[in-house]
Amino acid sequence: MERTTLDLWVGIFIAAGIGAILVLALKVGNFSFNNSDSYEVYAYFDNIGGLKVRAPIKSAGVVVGRVASISFDTKEYKARVAMRIDSRYKFSKDTTASILTSGLLGEQYVGLDTGADDEMLKNGDTITLTQSAIVLEKLIGQLVFSKAGNHK
Amino acid sequence: MLERILTLLRRLGHSGIDAVWRLGYAGKFFFMTLISSGTSARRPHLVVREIYYTGVRSLIIIIVSGLFVGMVLALQGYETLQRYGSSSALGVLVALALVRELGPVVSALLFASRAGSAITAEIGLMKATEQLSAMEMMAVDPIARVVAPRFWSGVISLPLLTAIFNATGIFGGYLIGVVLIGVDEGSFWSQMQAGVDFKDDIMNGVIKSCVFGVAVTLIAVFEGFDSPPTAEGVSGATTRTVVTSSLVILMLDFILTSFMFRGA
Repeated sequence: MERTTLDLWVGIFIAAGIGAILVLALKVGNFSFNNSDSYEVYAYFDNIGGLKVRAPIKSAGVVVGRVASISFDTKEYKARVAMRIDSRYKFSKDTTASILTSGLLGEQYVGLDTGADDEMLKNGDTITLTQSAIVLEKLIGQLVFSKAGNHK
Repeated sequence: MLERILTLLRRLGHSGIDAVWRLGYAGKFFFMTLISSGTSARRPHLVVREIYYTGVRSLIIIIVSGLFVGMVLALQGYETLQRYGSSSALGVLVALALVRELGPVVSALLFASRAGSAITAEIGLMKATEQLSAMEMMAVDPIARVVAPRFWSGVISLPLLTAIFNATGIFGGYLIGVVLIGVDEGSFWSQMQAGVDFKDDIMNGVIKSCVFGVAVTLIAVFEGFDSPPTAEGVSGATTRTVVTSSLVILMLDFILTSFMFRGA
């Protein structure tokens, strides 16, 4: 085989390989160039249900960030959720964070509903208004209890 | 009776020492290859030539099997997912299965049998026909001239082949899932993008394939270089390359997976 054709084939091969990695990164994965620009806020929940690290944080259905870490706070006996939010999106200080489920059996995510405060959340702030995950067993328990009450 | 037990023990000890010696020799060989890689860097054409034979020539088998693995994954995944009414998650299933596990492992197995065996046979035959000794006579280091370029070509080729395997596999999954079965195209891609993380999934797959590339080509060049210089020896070394590298790939995959994807 001549050297130039050989070089050409190897060039095509390497270009195709790098192209495949790029396709995987851009089309298949969620690679974005500005993922370093974000700020972290915290929220305390009574019950996080099945929330996982890296679960999406949505506002009006749009993904605005991801859950960075979940830990248990032994002072308040609550779950402490650290949320990393894209710095393009600003939320007011009195934002409500609630744990919601997409669909009946879908994954859980944190929903943010912005308030009316003029001050915006900064890196390291804590969201005070939170709503815990709905635990199906408790809900059924309440339903059964209220039905039993109605019969009397 | 005692004599027989002693012979048995002696045989066990001999094979134990043999195995440890071989492992040490392989380690020394790896070290020597790394040290002698300067020639490959100075004369990149040597590596380019080998990439042609190991990488470019493996493209057909990689592309075809990637396509079929992706298509089968989509068929089987759809069959199971639609029972739970979540066939829209087909894209993320195909992509994660390929990028995390099947892509690196299957391409490494194919690469070991397609290119690794060829490398072993070539070097073994060079040794059997005393080409390696002739090189030494001419003061050409056979490790620098023959072994190192083949080693680096494998290390470069396998991650690229894996990426191509993944891309064609996802395309195959798209063909079956979206074009043939009729899963919604928007949810196929958007769920895939939401579920596949660049760093955690794609880069870990690339790291896996780099590790496999080093392991497979090292085994291939070592078996070739160490093969007895006879026709039987070369055939035995080629078989050993395929068997050993397949086992090593699967074992390394388990170890790497248990470090990369545990919990969280």
